[in-house]
Amino acid sequence: MKGKNSAGLIALILAVILLPYIITNDYYLGALIFAGLNSLACIGLCMLMGYAGQISIGHGAFVAIGAYGSGILTASFAWSPWLAMFCSLIMAVVVAIVLGIPALRLKGHYLAMATLGFASIVHVVSVAAVDLTGGPSGIVNIPRPKLFGYLLQTDTQYFYFVWAVVIIGIYCAFNLIDSRVGRGLRALHGSEDAAASLGIPVTWYKVQVFILSAVYASVSGSLYAYYVNYIDPGPFDISYSVLLVTMVAVGGLHNIWGALTGAIVLSLLPEFLSFVSDYLRFFGIEYQQDYDTLVYGLILLFIMLFLPEGIFPSLRGAVAGIIALFKKTPRMSGQNSGPIAGRRFSGHDK
Amino acid sequence: MNPAEANLVDLVQFFFMGIQRGCIYAMVAMGFNMIYNATGIINFAQGEFVVLGGLMMVSLTMALHLPIVLAFILTVLFVVVVGVLMERLTINPVKQPTVLRLIIITIAVSIITKGAAMMFWGKGSHYMNHFSSAEPLDFHGATILPQTLWIMGILLLVVAAYVFFFNFTMTGKCMRACSINRDAARLAGIDDRKMVMLSFALSAGIGAVAGIIITPVIQMDYTRGAMLGLKGFGAAVLGGLGNSTGAVAAGVLLGVLEALGAGYISSHYMDAIALVILLFVLFIRPSGIFGSSEAMRLKEF
Amino acid sequence: MTNNILELDHLRKNFGGVVAVSDLSLNIAKGAISSLIGPNGAGKTTIFNLVTGFAQPSGGHINFSDRRINGMKPHAIAGIGISRTFQNVQIFPNMSVLENIMVGRYLRSRAGMLYSCIFPPILRNEEKRIREDAEKQLHFLELEQYADTPAGSLPLGNQRMLEIARALALEPGLLLLDEPASGLNARETIAMGELIGKIKEMNVSVWLVEHDMDLVMDISDYVAVINFGGLIAQGTPAEIQRNPEVISAYLGG
Repeated sequence: MKGKNSAGLIALILAVILLPYIITNDYYLGALIFAGLNSLACIGLCMLMGYAGQISIGHGAFVAIGAYGSGILTASFAWSPWLAMFCSLIMAVVVAIVLGIPALRLKGHYLAMATLGFASIVHVVSVAAVDLTGGPSGIVNIPRPKLFGYLLQTDTQYFYFVWAVVIIGIYCAFNLIDSRVGRGLRALHGSEDAAASLGIPVTWYKVQVFILSAVYASVSGSLYAYYVNYIDPGPFDISYSVLLVTMVAVGGLHNIWGALTGAIVLSLLPEFLSFVSDYLRFFGIEYQQDYDTLVYGLILLFIMLFLPEGIFPSLRGAVAGIIALFKKTPRMSGQNSGPIAGRRFSGHDK
Repeated sequence: MNPAEANLVDLVQFFFMGIQRGCIYAMVAMGFNMIYNATGIINFAQGEFVVLGGLMMVSLTMALHLPIVLAFILTVLFVVVVGVLMERLTINPVKQPTVLRLIIITIAVSIITKGAAMMFWGKGSHYMNHFSSAEPLDFHGATILPQTLWIMGILLLVVAAYVFFFNFTMTGKCMRACSINRDAARLAGIDDRKMVMLSFALSAGIGAVAGIIITPVIQMDYTRGAMLGLKGFGAAVLGGLGNSTGAVAAGVLLGVLEALGAGYISSHYMDAIALVILLFVLFIRPSGIFGSSEAMRLKEF
Repeated sequence: MTNNILELDHLRKNFGGVVAVSDLSLNIAKGAISSLIGPNGAGKTTIFNLVTGFAQPSGGHINFSDRRINGMKPHAIAGIGISRTFQNVQIFPNMSVLENIMVGRYLRSRAGMLYSCIFPPILRNEEKRIREDAEKQLHFLELEQYADTPAGSLPLGNQRMLEIARALALEPGLLLLDEPASGLNARETIAMGELIGKIKEMNVSVWLVEHDMDLVMDISDYVAVINFGGLIAQGTPAEIQRNPEVISAYLGG
């Protein structure tokens, strides 16, 4: 792990520890828990899309597998939540292998459509397999897990729990990126032929990172089920898969921090919009929650047209600029710290 | 009626239903192919053209009570304008297109269209009068809606217009030249940028027609775009991407297979059937059932 | 045992109806620099692709160190000690120069996905070793000052050097170079010639495809000439330069 990634991770840990002291409102804490759940799925997706260069518009399906696996095994079969989570994770791995081996031979548009089709099938099954999934009415009475003997009952506890998992996820992702395997993944993104000529089993590597991203998504789904205590097919239609891609793309595809930024920003966007809508009403504009979809679409389009690297690089540039501004002394005139800091950042992260 | 006859009637009934849907998939697939041939892009907003067509037609005929023909023309024009705007505002300005970026851009357009459709037409599904009588016709015990006949007839007209346009008009021939070799076409003086815009216009137009003719039977709502798009893409791949005659045959075939699956296996899983077929075709024979394997090796899948 | 590192035995390759390689038998000597020359479209790159598994032969055999390798996947062929470069340079533009070479150490390291996820790089000895080995290669190629530069922003000459450094990091027995000097200026071409000589001294057999005849005749121990997918001559550079068939093929006879 590179120095500033460790620094970022420590900053994140501190922020997570402090946040519940600042935000005492359970509603906003809940929003941050959902942000954490989306972040987890997005970190996995970012490794698949940003680092290995393989698109998937079907990861909502793996979240659904995690959620339904955990929901069914705990609520209907009274398994321990941990065991249920592990078993649904294994199921996600198996599905990722079965889907990934044929699908990852496809490229670009074809891969995108195949994964989207897969997500659609999973959604149809979740609605139609009433005996297993409860159909449209879903599954209720999913328990919270216990950790070290404590039931994760309050939102504050669950907030710490979810974000601890997110931090572990980021930690693993950074370790992987700067390893033999991670370099292999980035290499096949750059040139599949060259990667193969250096001995990297290209297809197997794509399948491996697909599996890994499915694991992240599945854990996110399990934790979601345990948090809300009931699940139905509603949240897992293909627009959720599209939303995950949107989060990663808006934040910045080529960087784990970007995916995290995108996930947090877009997860909190509805809260922000409902907050803003009070002010808009003051100006005579009636904003309804139904317009959220439109706003998401416009943000995504704007980012793709004007900031194709996502908002994170710009954000980082701005932060570096501010730091440079503070460091600026009359003699050095900021030239040393500003641009060089910026260059060092952009050189490493890709 | 003896059991064998009853079975036959069922079969014919499923067949009619399949053709009705299949015609729509065929038209969506033709829309995919047009943009794909001109740009190499798979337009993830293709299904939204169909939704827009359907919803606009509902407003014009049911709320404004315009005559069907006039409403038809206005609706198609409206969606064509949307298609052209999409190309001008979101595809044309991209200077360094990567596949991923283009995919996400068309996804963004589909989200925006969906959001806008929800804003204007609400979340409910919209009913629209059939073109002629809604009374089913009897066909040896099975029934067929007059609207289904309209759908088949209009598909045939669209295909005829398509064949005429691409084979007998100068613009159509230019578009074909562009899709075969864009650089050579440009050297021959064809404005390839304009051809790209035209492909979006035509593709949106076909989508609109599909939406208009199917709405009386399915009741349109703003969420239908993704599924229509996916199944239409399934038809396009089944027929060999870029091959529009293949797409028409594959679309109808897909519709029939879907209806048979829904009838004989399970209607709950109906939507999954076409998608499972799509995945199998992609995994086993991405050049489609009508594409040659020789051509397949030259393409990047 | 023979003195050949690579043997092509009646190798054939058809693309549809087009014959790209026809009944080619050719041996590449161990520890030497061999060149493959021929007019454009003679099938040179196809032969490299067949040897490295990027294309499968329609007939015939390929033996590497007395082991049959046709039918093997590219990564498996790299695994037994054949590495290559590409005619249109294929570096990893999104990674730094050093990281590019570190990818080349892939086969000389072992960490799997789970292990890599759990342990941070600073705790991994293997990671340290990979970095040191890659730095050695950088030093050998005199590219140290570019270590942290994104590889995509290097000039073409350095990109070709980097591609070779990466291929060498594999410690191959045989290195295939597909037009290493194309696009290079005169000074860079001379440096490339010297580099290939140094590679030979490292006991790596080199087989190259090249259009720059001065370079080929200067550095090669053996030269093979093909046209229309078939061998028309082979021998030392001096023999080839005198061969009437070669002269007529090149002068458009």
